Amino acid sequence: MFAELLQYLLSGLTIGAIYALAGLGFSIIYNASHVINFAQGEFIMIGGMASATLTASGVPLPLAILIGCGGAMLVGVLVAKFAVERARDASTVTLIIITIGASIFLRGVAELVWGKDFKRLDAFSGETPIQFLGASMQPQSLWVVGTAGVLIVAIGLFFAKTLTGKAILATSHNRLAAQLVGIDVKRVVLASFALSAALGAVGGAVVAPITFSYTEMGIMLGLKGFTAAVLGGLGHGPGAVAGGLIVGVAEALGAGYISSAYKDAVAFVIILAVLLFMPNGLFGKRGTERV
Amino acid sequence: MNALLHGRLTGLLALAAVIAVLPAFLPNNFYLDIAILAGFNAVVCVGLNLLIGYAGQISLGHAGFFGIGAYASGVLVGSYGWPPVLALLAGAVFVGLLAFLVAKPILRLKGHYLAMATLGIGIIVSIVLRTESGLTGGPDGMMVEPFRIFGVELYGEKVWYWVVGLLLVGVVWLSLNLIDSPMGRALRAVHGSEVAAEVVGVDTARFKVLVFVLSAVFASVAGSLFAHYTGLITPAKADFFKSIELVTMVVFGGMASTFGAVVGAVVLTLLPQALTVFQDYQQIVLGGILMATMVFMPKGLLPTLAALIPARRRA
Repeated sequence: MFAELLQYLLSGLTIGAIYALAGLGFSIIYNASHVINFAQGEFIMIGGMASATLTASGVPLPLAILIGCGGAMLVGVLVAKFAVERARDASTVTLIIITIGASIFLRGVAELVWGKDFKRLDAFSGETPIQFLGASMQPQSLWVVGTAGVLIVAIGLFFAKTLTGKAILATSHNRLAAQLVGIDVKRVVLASFALSAALGAVGGAVVAPITFSYTEMGIMLGLKGFTAAVLGGLGHGPGAVAGGLIVGVAEALGAGYISSAYKDAVAFVIILAVLLFMPNGLFGKRGTERV
Repeated sequence: MNALLHGRLTGLLALAAVIAVLPAFLPNNFYLDIAILAGFNAVVCVGLNLLIGYAGQISLGHAGFFGIGAYASGVLVGSYGWPPVLALLAGAVFVGLLAFLVAKPILRLKGHYLAMATLGIGIIVSIVLRTESGLTGGPDGMMVEPFRIFGVELYGEKVWYWVVGLLLVGVVWLSLNLIDSPMGRALRAVHGSEVAAEVVGVDTARFKVLVFVLSAVFASVAGSLFAHYTGLITPAKADFFKSIELVTMVVFGGMASTFGAVVGAVVLTLLPQALTVFQDYQQIVLGGILMATMVFMPKGLLPTLAALIPARRRA
């Protein structure tokens, strides 16, 4: 009974950690540019595919992750530079379509490079399950949760301590004022895209041994990340992390106790309920667009 | 006013004329089939454009309403022996009620929050259709019986072409009239500034709900007829990508332009057909075109072209 619940909680936290990273990625970009980047899931896919295929061809794992991460950052910067930056004054709908276009484009490229098959990445430290109060856990789950935790703390420090981080924060509060004090707003947007691409790619790499990698994997992960970000209140970093964990755990509980077929619907039912009763998300300040 | 009325009629007549002469230029049923699919998409897009283009409210879940219409017809006619017309109406009424129930709380939301909420509804609908396989045939979809009315069975591309053509002209006519009615003016006021609209006494909530329900019902009716036409429906017709496709058609053709929505639907239905030549590059080209259009013509195709023709009235 308890062991079962614990089992669901553990698997929920594992996948929730990835949603949290994706949600955090949405929030960082939203803060810097007020764009919801629907290609966020594609960064996760790039990280997963790159690390799976590179290790398969003999590249050591850390290097493979690093290359995947670098590739995703480059892609992120290109999306920001060639699509989002040029559509600066476009409406919300237009920006949504642009990033959706980018995600279809990237998926097409990925299919060309990697094919449509599932790719396998070995678990980082073996597959002997760890027993814990009657529940068992893959060691890879620890890698996922641990990596996500470290990244989330690092992002927090980055925003609190570094000049670039503060510049991004300043831009998110008031773009014009940030520009007036000499912040290069365009570079801030590029940096935010690179940063959230890196977050996504690392997430994709650590989760790859659990979920397998395929070119379509980014879609649902991205949408769940968006749910996490909205649940926490768009642009609210810690909120996005909490949102991701809540979505992950709710999904695992829903799959365990209600129906595994409706697992994917859980996140969207929650988000609908939250939006209907708390239009600002759990931690958000406002439900309206900033004008 | 007179000029406006005139412009509206000209556009409608031009559309009817194009629909009337087009079959003469289509060499075989393959092309007719594509034209029919474009017509179905156009019907949904004209409705969606009322919501997105005129009222300024995005919906990333309209394929869900299309799907409910399609499956209502498939299930009620196939498994329960309902007459197709009745099934179509039942689907439309159900979608209308559903849209009405969710519209009020959802349309309080704005921008990305509204996008998220509508996306959620659409995804839930498609997951239900995919999962309830006892009723819907699951991911493989289900066969749908032909459409019969007064004992006559609608059969073949030629017949369906005229059915869809007529439906499209009707929907465009309705949309144009609506836009020029007091309700249309109210909607545009809502788009411009909701606060200002309320100040001058527009019941913004009521109009937003109305147009949401109307566009959902358009989608449902198109879905029902589509199901009968193709004879096979799958949950893919109700999923997130279909919703995105529909929004893209509206935005690509030109927001706040009824004919733009039609043009967008036609062009983006044809495009993948043309792209099958490039099989492997299809997604790359499609994604690239989406980005390029939005970046270089954020107003959409038709308004951008219209702006090139100096000092002419807008469609």
